[in-house]
Amino acid sequence: MNNVLIYTENFDGKFKKSIYEIASYGSEIARQLGGEPIAISLGEVAEEELKSLGNYGISKVLTAAGETFKTLQNRAYTAAIAQAAQQENAGVIIFSASNTAKAIAPRVSVKLKAGMVFAATGLPSNLNPFTVPKKVFHGKAFADVVVNSERKIISLSQNSFGVKEHPAEVTIEALQVEAAAPANTRVTDTQKASGKMLLNDAEIIVSGGRGMKSADNWQPIEELAAILGAATACSRPVSDEGWRPHAEHVGQTGKIVAPNLYFALGISGAIQHLAGVSSSKVIVAINTDKDAPIFQAADYGIVGDVQKVLPQLNEAFRKFKAEN
Amino acid sequence: MNFDYTEEQLMIKQAARDFARKLEADVIERDRTATYPTAHVKEMAELGFLGMMIDPKYGGGGMDSLSYTLAIEEISKIDSSVAVIMSVHNSLVSYGLEKYGTEEQRQKYLPRMATGEHIGAFLLSEPEAGSDATSQKTLAEDKGDHYVLNGTKNWITSADHSSVYIVIAQTHPEKKHHGINALIVDRHSPGITLGAHEDKMGMRSSDTHSVMFTDVKVPKENRLGEDGFGFAFAMKALEAGRIGIAAQATGIAAGAYERALQYSRERKAFGRLISEHQAIAFKLAEMYLKIENARNLVHKAAWLKDTNKPYSLAGSMAKLYAADIAMEVTTEAVQIHGGYGYVKEYHVERLMREAKLTQIYEGTSEIQKIVISRSLLKHK
Amino acid sequence: MKILVCISNVPDTTTRIKLSGDQNAIDLSSVQWIINPWDELALTRALELKEASGGSISSVSIIHVGNAGSDATLRKALAIGADDAIRVDAAPTDAYAVAHEIAEAIKDKNYDMILCGIESSDYNGSAMGGMLAEFLNMESVSSVSKLEIEGDELKLNREIAGGFEVVSATAPVVVIVQKGIALEPRIPSMRGIMMARKKPLEVVAATGAEALTEFVHYTPPQPKAACKMIDADNPAELVNLLHNEAKII
Repeated sequence: MNNVLIYTENFDGKFKKSIYEIASYGSEIARQLGGEPIAISLGEVAEEELKSLGNYGISKVLTAAGETFKTLQNRAYTAAIAQAAQQENAGVIIFSASNTAKAIAPRVSVKLKAGMVFAATGLPSNLNPFTVPKKVFHGKAFADVVVNSERKIISLSQNSFGVKEHPAEVTIEALQVEAAAPANTRVTDTQKASGKMLLNDAEIIVSGGRGMKSADNWQPIEELAAILGAATACSRPVSDEGWRPHAEHVGQTGKIVAPNLYFALGISGAIQHLAGVSSSKVIVAINTDKDAPIFQAADYGIVGDVQKVLPQLNEAFRKFKAEN
Repeated sequence: MNFDYTEEQLMIKQAARDFARKLEADVIERDRTATYPTAHVKEMAELGFLGMMIDPKYGGGGMDSLSYTLAIEEISKIDSSVAVIMSVHNSLVSYGLEKYGTEEQRQKYLPRMATGEHIGAFLLSEPEAGSDATSQKTLAEDKGDHYVLNGTKNWITSADHSSVYIVIAQTHPEKKHHGINALIVDRHSPGITLGAHEDKMGMRSSDTHSVMFTDVKVPKENRLGEDGFGFAFAMKALEAGRIGIAAQATGIAAGAYERALQYSRERKAFGRLISEHQAIAFKLAEMYLKIENARNLVHKAAWLKDTNKPYSLAGSMAKLYAADIAMEVTTEAVQIHGGYGYVKEYHVERLMREAKLTQIYEGTSEIQKIVISRSLLKHK
Repeated sequence: MKILVCISNVPDTTTRIKLSGDQNAIDLSSVQWIINPWDELALTRALELKEASGGSISSVSIIHVGNAGSDATLRKALAIGADDAIRVDAAPTDAYAVAHEIAEAIKDKNYDMILCGIESSDYNGSAMGGMLAEFLNMESVSSVSKLEIEGDELKLNREIAGGFEVVSATAPVVVIVQKGIALEPRIPSMRGIMMARKKPLEVVAATGAEALTEFVHYTPPQPKAACKMIDADNPAELVNLLHNEAKII
C-alpha cells in the first residue's frame, strides 16, 4: 500500500494550478513511501490535458467519463475513487481542499476506513506514525495530526506546497466503474460568475477609503475586484459621504469581515475600521501617510497616492491572472 | 453562598448581549437625532425582554430579578435609552400591576404588557414634586364610579410611545400622602396632552415628555389597591425599579470600561501600547474593581428580592453606588480615549452623558442616602 | 418531514487560543462554549423552513456527541427553537468517530433531512457531514448556500468555483450548509429559554466508535511581522509577494 492516489478534479475539462500542486505533492509523498503516484480523473478530459499531469511526477492516470460523471454525484464519485484506491493499492489518497473535496473526501474516508486530514498545510512531518500539519481555529494555532488508520486521506490547502515540475512517463488507463445507483439529487442548472460577490462570502475584499477622494474614482477599485473575483467595500466616511452604499461599509459599526485578503486603499485605519477587518488573513494597505495606523495592521504596504498606484497594480494583477 | 449563574441566567445574559450588539449600528445616530428606537423595541418585545419577569400564566417569561439585572446590564453597555424603556416597563409598571393589581387588572393588562403590545409609563414626578413624592399636586377627584384627573406630570419616560400609564395622584389632600391613589390610565384618553419632547443631555433616544391631564375620566376599577394606597404603591414600585436602574448604571460603567480596555490594547503612545503605561493600567484596575462592587450590590439586592426578603436598603445602596461609579468610570473611559473620547464615534462620551441621569432619576443619589441613613438609624 | 441538525460545541470564536504548557493540548479552562456558527445557521434555516411549512415539517431535532459539559449549548439550541435533543455521551475524538456515533444513534429514526455545518470553527475539519452521509448510505449535497422546499423536492444552491449549481433533491438527504444559508443566527427569546427547560434532552450511551486521527501537538502562529513595505513604483512586487510569500493568490 505504498502507492499514492491523487484525485485530479477538472474544471470544464481543464486542470487548475491547485491540481498540479497536489500532483506535485502526491508525487513527493509517493517518493518518500517508495510507491507510485497515480492520478484519477473523473469526467471528460482530453488526453493531452491528462498527460500534462506527467509534468508533475504522475506515472499513471486512471480515467472514467460518461453521464455519471458529468456533474458531481457524491456517491458515484466516492465509489469510483474508493475503487481506484483499492485496485491500485493506494495507501494515501490526496485531494485539493476545495468544495469538491469537502463533498467527497469524507465519504471516501468512511468507505475505506481511512483517517482524513482536511486542509493540510504541508508534507507529512513523519511517515510512522503518519503525521500531517494543519491549521486549527482558523489559523490561531497549528496542529500535528496523526492518522492511525492503514489508509490515509489528505486534503491539501491551496498554495501550501507549490507546483513542482518533475517530468515522468505517464500512461493513461480507463477505470472500469460499476454503474452507480440512481441518485436522488440532480443538478438542474449551473450559474457561473453570476452577479456581484457578496461581502461576507468574499475571500478577497477590495476596500476604499477617504483617500479615494470622490465617488467618481471608484472605477479602478471595481476593476481590481473584477480581476481577483473580489467584493468591494468601503470605510465609514465613504458611506457617510454617500460615495458608496451603506451595505459596503466595513468596520465595527458596519460589517465585520474576515477574508483571506483585504485591500485597504486610501484607508487610514481608525480603530473602528480595524476592528471590522483585523481577522483578515492578509492585509494590504496603500496610503499616502506613512504613519497611518493601517500600516500597523497591514502585512504589506505601499506608501503612495492610491490614485496613481492602483492602475499600475491592476495591470500587474491582470498579467498575473493571465499567467496563472 | 453561591456566586455561579445558572445555565439559564447565562443564556439570558448572552441573549441580551447579542440583542445589544444590534443596537450599536444606529445608537449614535439615534442619540444625535433623539429618535425613538421603534424597531429595536419591537425586537425587544419579540425576544420577550418586555415580559421577562411576568408570570408565565400571563404570557411572561417568569424569570427572576437576577436574570433581569443581567439583561439590563448587557443592554445598558451599549444603549441606555433602550434599557430605560425596558426598565420602566418591567420593573415599575408591569411589576406594580402584577404585584398590586386585582386578578381582573392583571388579566386585562399583563398579557399585552408581556408581548410589548402595551408599553408602560410611570407618572409620578411633577414640576414641583420630583424627589418629594408626598406633595402630589395632580388631583384625582372621586366622582363615585370614576375619578377625574387634573394636573401635570414631568419627566415621563415613554410618554408618547406607551399605551398604559400608571398615574400617581392626590384624591384626599387633607390626608396628605395617605390620600394618594395609583390609577391605570389609557394613554389615549380624552384630555391627555403631551408637552414638548425634552431635549435631554443623554438617553436621548428614549422619549421624555411632560404630560397634562385636563378632566380625564378614569374608571374606579382602574385604581390599584385600596383607596389611599397610591403613595405606598409608588414607593414599592420605585424600590423594585431601583434595582433595574442600579443594573443599568453598572452596565453603563461596564460598557465604558470594555471600550477603554480595548482601546488601551490598540492605541500606542511613546512606542508602547497605552495599556502598558502604569497610569492607564491602574485606571483600568480601579474601574474594574468599582464595577465588580456595583455588580455585587445589584446581585445581592436582586437575590434578596427573589428570595422574598426586604431589599429596600440593598436596592438603595446598589443604586447609589452604581450610579456614582458609573459617572466616575465613564469619565475615566473618556480620559483613556483622550481626544477620541470626546468625539461621538467612540461612544464613551455618550456613556458619560447617560451615566449622569442614573444619579438623578428614580431617586437622586441624595434621596438614596436618606433612605440608607434612615434605615440605619431606625434601629437602636 | 423530520429534520435533524447536527450540533458541535466549540469555543467562542473570539476566544484567544492558549496552549497547555507542553503544547500537546489546547487549554480550554477559561473558554466560553457556543454552538458551532455553521451549525447554528443550519438550525436557523431548519426552523425557518419548519415555520413556513404549515405543519408539513413536524419536528426539528438536534444531535450532539459530547459529555455533560455540552448541555448548556444544547439547551441554547432548544431555546432557539429545536424541538428535542439527543446527546451521545462520549468525548468527541475525531470526525470519523462522531459521525459513526451519530449514525448509530439515529439509524432507526428515519429523518428525512439531516443538516450539518460545513465545518467546525475549532478543528476546521469539514468532514463530519459527508462521513455521516456515507455511514448512513444517504445522498449528500455539500457547500449549500441556499435551501428551499418546493412540494416534495428540495431546491439547493451548491457553491462551486466561480458560481453555483442548482440541485434538486428528494428525501432522505444530508445537506451540508455554509454561509448564506440563513441571514443571521437567532437570539433565543425569553419564552424560548423558559420552554427549553421542559424540552426533551435525551442522553444515549455511546457505542465506543473508534477514531482514526489524533491531534498530538500544537504550535502557536508566528507573531505578526512588521508590515513589509513595497516601493510605490513596483506594484508587481506586491503581486509576487502575495503569490509566493503569502500564498494567498
